[in-house]
Parts: sequence; structure tokens; C-alpha cells
Amino acid sequence: MSGVSEFLRGSVREVTTGKRGYWLWVGFLLAAVVVGGVSYAQQARQGLIATNMRDDVSWAFYIGNFTFLVGVAAAAVLLVVPAYVYQWKPIKEVVVLGELLAVSALTMCLLFIAADMGHPERFLHIVPIVGSPNWPRSMLTWDALVLNAYLVLNLVLVLYLLFRTYRGQPYHRKVFLPLVMLSIPTAISTHTVTAFLYNGMASRPYWNASILAPRFIASAFCSGPAVMIVLFQLLRRTFRFEIKDEAIWKIAELMAYAMFLNLFLLGAELFKEYYSAGEHLLYTQYYWQGIGGHRALVPYAWLSLSCSVLAFVLFLVPRTRRSFPTLNLGCLLIWAGVYIEKGMGLIIPGFTPSTLGQIYPYTPTAVEWGVAIGVFGVGFLVFTVLVKIAVPILVGTFRAPGAIATGHDTPEGPGAH
Amino acid sequence: MSSRRWPAGEDGEGTPRPAGPVQVEELAAGRRSFLRTAAAGAAVAALSGCGDSLEDFFRRRFKELSPEEVARVLERVERRNKERFGKDTTVRADGARPGVEFGYGLDISRCVGCRRCVYACVKENNQSREHPQIHWIQVLEMEKDHGVDLAHADLYYEADAVPRPGKFYFPVQCQQCRNPPCVKTCPTQATWKEPDGIVVIDYDWCIGCRCCMSACPYGARHFNWAVPTLPPEELNPDQHYLGNRPRPKGVVEKCTFCIQRTRRGRYPACVEICPVGARKFGNLLDPESEIRKVMETKRVFIFKEDLATHPQFYYFYAT
Repeated sequence: MSGVSEFLRGSVREVTTGKRGYWLWVGFLLAAVVVGGVSYAQQARQGLIATNMRDDVSWAFYIGNFTFLVGVAAAAVLLVVPAYVYQWKPIKEVVVLGELLAVSALTMCLLFIAADMGHPERFLHIVPIVGSPNWPRSMLTWDALVLNAYLVLNLVLVLYLLFRTYRGQPYHRKVFLPLVMLSIPTAISTHTVTAFLYNGMASRPYWNASILAPRFIASAFCSGPAVMIVLFQLLRRTFRFEIKDEAIWKIAELMAYAMFLNLFLLGAELFKEYYSAGEHLLYTQYYWQGIGGHRALVPYAWLSLSCSVLAFVLFLVPRTRRSFPTLNLGCLLIWAGVYIEKGMGLIIPGFTPSTLGQIYPYTPTAVEWGVAIGVFGVGFLVFTVLVKIAVPILVGTFRAPGAIATGHDTPEGPGAH
Repeated sequence: MSSRRWPAGEDGEGTPRPAGPVQVEELAAGRRSFLRTAAAGAAVAALSGCGDSLEDFFRRRFKELSPEEVARVLERVERRNKERFGKDTTVRADGARPGVEFGYGLDISRCVGCRRCVYACVKENNQSREHPQIHWIQVLEMEKDHGVDLAHADLYYEADAVPRPGKFYFPVQCQQCRNPPCVKTCPTQATWKEPDGIVVIDYDWCIGCRCCMSACPYGARHFNWAVPTLPPEELNPDQHYLGNRPRPKGVVEKCTFCIQRTRRGRYPACVEICPVGARKFGNLLDPESEIRKVMETKRVFIFKEDLATHPQFYYFYAT
């Protein structure tokens, strides 16, 4: 394709020009990546014994972060639905940014999985033809399939859209819309399959509940859009990027409903466990009350619930929803609440007590924190770079030579916004 | 039982099949197999002389190897053992014998909780001694007034003398399920159930994702969180590829009913060491076997029967 090298050179130019704040941010992220690299080197040398995972808690911080980020990846694209239904003016921008966020979140997901593996260099064993994937029986093969399919789909969509726009050509609705529509069920399926990974294990009663997948989706609808709301405000300020207040408030309102659903499902789960009070109550008890002297997760459980409830109230009341300081506070609270709930709050109680009734009190080591900081560093760096290229294209300041910069250009064909 | 050999009426070392994969899957000789062989061949040719690790990296799944390829793999394992421990070892890959399905019986009323089985197993099967300490057999101390109740089970009991008053002991190891959740969940088919019922792992195919550990309801699977610490003078040189050969770091391992022994007609180490005769082992398909006698004369039960894993490991109370 002609102009690719031009495009790449232009992209490098966009990424390497910025104000002091931008460079501070990039420097901060690079420092995080270095911390991650050093930590991972130590783990690679010693083995996973550098973490605090042991046989009794054999998945922990890495897999918790992975689970949370699958939710972020899924929900970012799900914003397309309200954008389409409510006919927000910059639907293309919402789609592109959601997809860029999904790409970054998926990058982090795959890195967390790689960090958790005993032999990441053997990953080809899960690939068809050269390996021997246990498909369709193993849920992890399904997860690898949907996550990678979702990643490729997002990349194709966003590259198509951006490259067309860059060259000043209208995009084809017949190509674009079906792909967007396909990305929605794929987004749902990534998070559902990830839930099934835990859900299908009869050995772990804490996960072996049908409510798990619906709760995953509900909480993802909270955490993904929270990032988008903050991002929209940042972009509005730094670029000539039009997004109406009403659209942001609408997202916040939808998040309030999602959080209500999430809290309701949590309540249903807690009622079932505590009222029937069978032997499986122990796992729930470990998270909310502790067992004996083992109370490591209890403060986090209540912190997470407080954050979620407070955010729910802030997003439900129209006045606090429409005031940006309280709206952003709500986003922060939701992010924190869901991060605990879908991370450590999901994984650790699944393993505690162990299948033989023993309690291993797990807390992440410095190496685990270091690797996680590094992965988030890579993810945000990927996102920053992608946004830095995409937004100038979208607002029309980065165009192929000779292409007409029209700002928000319109798709061809009838019925376009 | 007068004979200490598990196949009743048989003596000597038995007649194991020659080394070779257990099931040669004819189907695998198709396109996939060809592509893999071609890729591996090209890569090995290009990089020949770069050592055993590359050849291991590009090889196919154990179950798809020809007998010649298996022999080469076993030689490589022996060479690696020599490099790592400075000792000569014999690594076999005895296949399952036709007409054999192993069964294990554990008499709860006899077990005194001495943990001799735990350490005999560690010695026989070359487990990591410390950092991490790996025990394939885990003995739970339970309270008599609670029965088999994991909420009142202590794995880490320290006693001056066993059995302690008011307590009984419940050893747990791989139950060799007929419906193994670990095999179902493994994304790479690195673990499978053999025709004689033993669930095995290929340590050279395992990617260390630990799905199987989450799926196992019996805590029977253990991970090499670091390079196993195994003093060369304690290495058991009599090894099976799918069993007690030394493991690398980052892979999962588990009880194999001492595959290196039982496929050659011997008892598992834990059965042999048990000072009170609480452990019974034999061929479920042989009506004269010890395990069949147990099942006919005692009332056996299985652990966590509600999960429908259908173990080949039975518990019973003889008295």
C-alpha cells in the first residue's frame, strides 16, 4: 500500500513531539517498564518461587490482574452499543478509543499470563498444527482463542479506520459496521470464557457458581467505561476533540445501572452462602470475615464494597453525576472497587481454604508487584502511543500529504451521522 | 497376602513391554504430524550441534513419537541426568500392560499417621527436598468426633508420638480418577490417563500454567516453583520417563502409583514401607488380587464422591 512509510514516519513524529507533561508521563511509564524488567529477570532466574504463590494458592496476583484487565478490554468496546443507540455524535471516536483501550488491555492480559507461566517459551504447545491444543475440552484453549481473536479484530478495525481517515478517504460502512457489530459479541465472549475458566472447576466451590459469568460482565461494565470517561475529559482538554457532556453523563448513568446489577448479584451470592451455611461458606467467610486469625483479605473486601457502593450513589444521583469532580471521584472508586473484587477478591478465596482444608495466607512479594508495575507500564505506554497517533488523525491534524483535512469527516453512504 | 508382588501368581520382574510409547496414535501420522516433523527436522538440521535442549524444543508430543524416537528421548534424559547429577541412571518408558487396571486401597482404621509413606515416596520419586518441599502424599490428621471433615483437618501436625488420642489419619495422594478434571483442563494435552489408569505428565510438554492444580479436588498436583533441590547421593537412578525422572523447574508433578515400579511388577514404595499394612495395591481386573479381595470383603468409599471423579483409589475401614 502506498504511503505506508510516510504514515510510519508521521506516526513517529506524532509520538516524539509533545509538551513537558507528555514527556513526564512517558518517562514515568518507561521507569515502570524498567522496574518490571528487573523484577521479571529475577523471577526468570529463580523460578516462580520468587512469588508468594505456592501449591495451596497456585494462581494469585498475576491471574487476578489478568481477570480484571479482560473486563476492561471487554467493556471498552461495549461502549459502542450506547454510542450507537443514543446516536452520540462522535461515534467513530468512541469506537476507536474503545478499541485502542481494548488492544492495550489485551496486551497486558497476555503479558500477565506469560509472567504466570512456568515455561512461557513452550507457548507453541497450545498453538494448532505445531502444538497440541486440548481443544475443545480445555477452557484455557478457548480463552487463548477468543482473546487473540478479539485482539486481531480490534487491530484490524482500528487500523482500517485510521488509515482510511489518514488518507482522507471515507470508510465503508459495509466493512466497518459488521466488524464493529462482530466485536461486540466477541467482547462479551472473552469475558464469559474467562469466567468459565474458573466457573467450570468443581474442585473450587467459590468459583463453581453459575452467577460468576454474569457478575463478570456486570463488573466489567463498571471498570471499562470508568477509564473512558476520564480519557474523554483529558482529550477534550488537550485536543480539539468534541464529545458532549451529555454523552459522558449517559455513560455514568449506565455505569450506575451496571454497578447496581453487580451489587445485586453479590447480594444474591452472599445470601445463598450465609443462609444455607453449608461447608462451602468457608471461602466466602475467608474473604469477608476471615477464618480464625487469618484475616488478610478482610480489609480489602470491605474497602472494595465501600468503594463500589459510594461510586454507585455518586453515579445514581444526577447532581453528583453531572459534576466533574464527583464524577471523576466515582470513576476512581469504581476502578478500585472492581480491581479488588475481580482481582485478589476472586482468585485468593477460590484457593483458601485449599482443597484439603488448609489455609495459606498469601500476599504478593516485591517481585510480583514489580512485574505487575512493569506490565501496567507497557500497557499504558502502548495506549499512550496509540492515542497519540490516533487522535491527531481523528481531529484532522495528521493527514497524508495531499489529503484534505476535514476534521470529523463523514462516512460514505446514506444514513451516516 | 504371602506374595509381595502385586500380580498374583507372577514372580520375577514380570514381563513389561519393551520401551515405547503407550498408545501409538495412528491418526497422528497425518498432516499435522508431517508438518511438525518437517519443521523439527529442518530446525534440528540447521542448528545441529547446539545440544539436546534444541532437539527437545522441537520434538513432538510424547504419545506421537515412534519407538526409535522414544529411545532417543530417553537417551537424552539419561545424558541430562549425568550432567546434572554426575550419576548414571536408567530411564525407561515401560508401557501399560494389557489386562491391567491398577487399584489402590487405604485402610483408615489402621493408618497411624507416621508419615513413613510420605518420605519413602519422596526418596523413591526424586521429589524436591526443600524450597520447595514437595510431598506427593499428604497425611491429614482429623478429629474422631468430626469424621472426614476437611474443616477440621490438619496437614501440618507435629506429634511426639502417633496416633494421638482422639485423632485419626487420612492420607491423600493422586486418586488416579477415571474422570480426571486435571486432564480435561490441561490446554496442551501434557497430562493424560494411561490404559492401566495412571494419570501421567510429560514434564517436557507442560507449560506450567497450573490449570490442573486448580482443577484437582485432592491437592494431588504439585508445582516446581524452583529447580528441585535433590542431592545427587539421594537420586534414585531407576527411573521412568513419565514418573520419577528428575523434573525441571516450572512444571507440575504428581503421584504415578510408582509407575517405574508397578509397571515392572513391583509394589509402590508407600505400600512397601507402611508399617501397619494399611496400604493395599493390585490389579482391579484380576479377581484374585489383594485389592479385589478388599473390595469384596470390606465396604470401600471414595473421597469427594459428589464430584464424580470416580477415583481408582479407595478408602475403607477394615476393623
